[in-house]
Amino acid sequence: MTTFVADTLNVMNRELKPVWREPMAVVFAMIQPLVFLGLFAPLLPEMATGGSALQWFVPGIVAMTALMGASFTGSNLMEEMQSGSHERQLVSPLGRPALLVGRALKEVVPMLMQVAIIVAVVTPFSFDLHLGGVLAAALVLSLFSIGVGALSFALALASKGQDWMFWTIQQTLLFPALLTAGVLLPMDGAPQWLEIVSTLNPMTYVVDAVRALFAGTYPADVVAQGVAGAAVVAVIGLWVGVRAMRRSS
Amino acid sequence: MTTTHTGPAIVTRGLTRHFTSRKQTVEAVQGLDLEIGQGELVAFLGPNGAGKSTTLRMLTTLIPPTSGTASVAGHDVVTGQRDVRQAIGFVGQGNGAGHRQLGRDELISQGRAHGLSRADAHRRAGELIADLDLEAVADRKVSSLSGGQRRRLDIAMGLVHLPRVLFLDEPSTGLDPQNRINLQELIQRLHAETGSTVVLTTHYLEEADALAGRVIVVDHGRVIADDSAARLKSGLGDLVRLGFGSASDAARAAGRLSRVPDSRVDTSAETVDLRVKDGSAMVGEVLADLAADGVPPTRVEVARPTLDDVFLDLTGRSLRETQQTPEPTATEIESEVAA
Ligand SMILES: Nc1ncnc2c1ncn2[C@@H]1O[C@H](COP(=O)(O)OP(=O)(O)O)[C@@H](O)[C@H]1O
Ligand SMILES: [Mg+2]
Repeated sequence: MTTFVADTLNVMNRELKPVWREPMAVVFAMIQPLVFLGLFAPLLPEMATGGSALQWFVPGIVAMTALMGASFTGSNLMEEMQSGSHERQLVSPLGRPALLVGRALKEVVPMLMQVAIIVAVVTPFSFDLHLGGVLAAALVLSLFSIGVGALSFALALASKGQDWMFWTIQQTLLFPALLTAGVLLPMDGAPQWLEIVSTLNPMTYVVDAVRALFAGTYPADVVAQGVAGAAVVAVIGLWVGVRAMRRSS
Repeated sequence: MTTTHTGPAIVTRGLTRHFTSRKQTVEAVQGLDLEIGQGELVAFLGPNGAGKSTTLRMLTTLIPPTSGTASVAGHDVVTGQRDVRQAIGFVGQGNGAGHRQLGRDELISQGRAHGLSRADAHRRAGELIADLDLEAVADRKVSSLSGGQRRRLDIAMGLVHLPRVLFLDEPSTGLDPQNRINLQELIQRLHAETGSTVVLTTHYLEEADALAGRVIVVDHGRVIADDSAARLKSGLGDLVRLGFGSASDAARAAGRLSRVPDSRVDTSAETVDLRVKDGSAMVGEVLADLAADGVPPTRVEVARPTLDDVFLDLTGRSLRETQQTPEPTATEIESEVAA
């Protein structure tokens, strides 16, 4: 167990080295969500409840940033599979589970940096900052990022250096996941089939909880469902990811 | 380091590996029986696709054998994976150091993976950086290093924990001739200093010849020769290549040369190849004899036997020609790299 912890920390620290050294890369990685924010925010209608539309939209963009960042991360592993450094790590005494878990845990760091940037960008506008809620939401999103990151690594391992396979599957899943989670548009009044997909998408609950928390409210059921949704993604992701890493050669 | 072990560094018994892709089975390694003693410096020599990397991948626990067994530093490569990994260093065909990382960070992280304390890992990284002449580049991003620098860094990574057995897969591929020679000297020096067992693969004859005390020639997944380079070559004679003014002169000379005892004569157009033991000593006599016969050669070359000649003698194919076989298709290369 102690070797697992030491190995996991070793892998995580190694993965974080480029993040600390080149923090701007973290900003570039979130260009797309920022563009969405800049383009969509002015188009948003005022909410029926009278609240700022930004208040509704920003949590979705935050969740989108987390999903995008973590789902891209497998490409780094693919690069390492191609260059040979993944092979070198497989021959080292580092345990297979640590090679996956350490990588997945690392996803939390760039995600938190990105959330901080988004919050800093929108706070001067009509966005009410509820710091406690944002921090609680960051915890839910951390769990979610770990899970999505693990799934992305599993996909990279399964693609075995065939980049097109990784990108096709990642891109094919990304936008349906975002849309059916109600990130960009509310799911109210969606046709029934879409509503069913939305209820099955664990990210839906994550987004709902993040919205509530960003608004400074703590509805126990919504928050619990959000944590559960993120936990489901994390458990499935880590399980699939560790399995894939054990089979990697 | 775990228990000290006194037997051979590597033992394989019927070590076999098949790959099945698209319903086709490739018998990459077929029944390898080997024993490599502690402290040996051994080269696996063979053309592309001979099964060298597959053998190394089994010995380094990356892939399990289809059948047969292997033990490295006293530990079984299947049931004792963790112990094997602790004991060995591995420099693969690619780059062990991550391209987005700094060289020094990678060395430290590798040391930590092998259980060194933080302080020891830093100290060891510093030693290796100095020893392998990497001071100028150790704190740069790996992607910015030249091929030769990256290869030295890879080797440093493989040496962090003073492995008892060091595996190097095609260590000098992609290097220019000068860097290749530097690398060979480095490997020899490390071998002499550490006394580790070193196993490398190569498809460069010169490399196997220059480096290794023992050359294991592999072809189609089997060992076809296993001896010192000198002894492998001593069985073959020198090559005396004679050029003539015309094909008819060549043919006439060939007829006369066929009387040289224990020799082989090959004629192609205006050139006659005579392969005979101690050919370099008897070349004067041969020339005088041909001149007396009215067919003096216009050109003469004498070459000592090479490992290529050994390979040709064993397989009927030239190792150099074999290099020119078509490369596997792109997807095959990718899956190989990733595998
Ligand atoms: N992962 C793999 N899947 C299918 N075939 C493979 C794989 N790895 C190696 N092979 C095949 O096994 C044979 C030996 O390959 P390899 O050990 O890489 O040779 P070498 O290193 O001597 O060039 C080749 O025919 C190669 O195409
Ligand atoms: Mg090879």
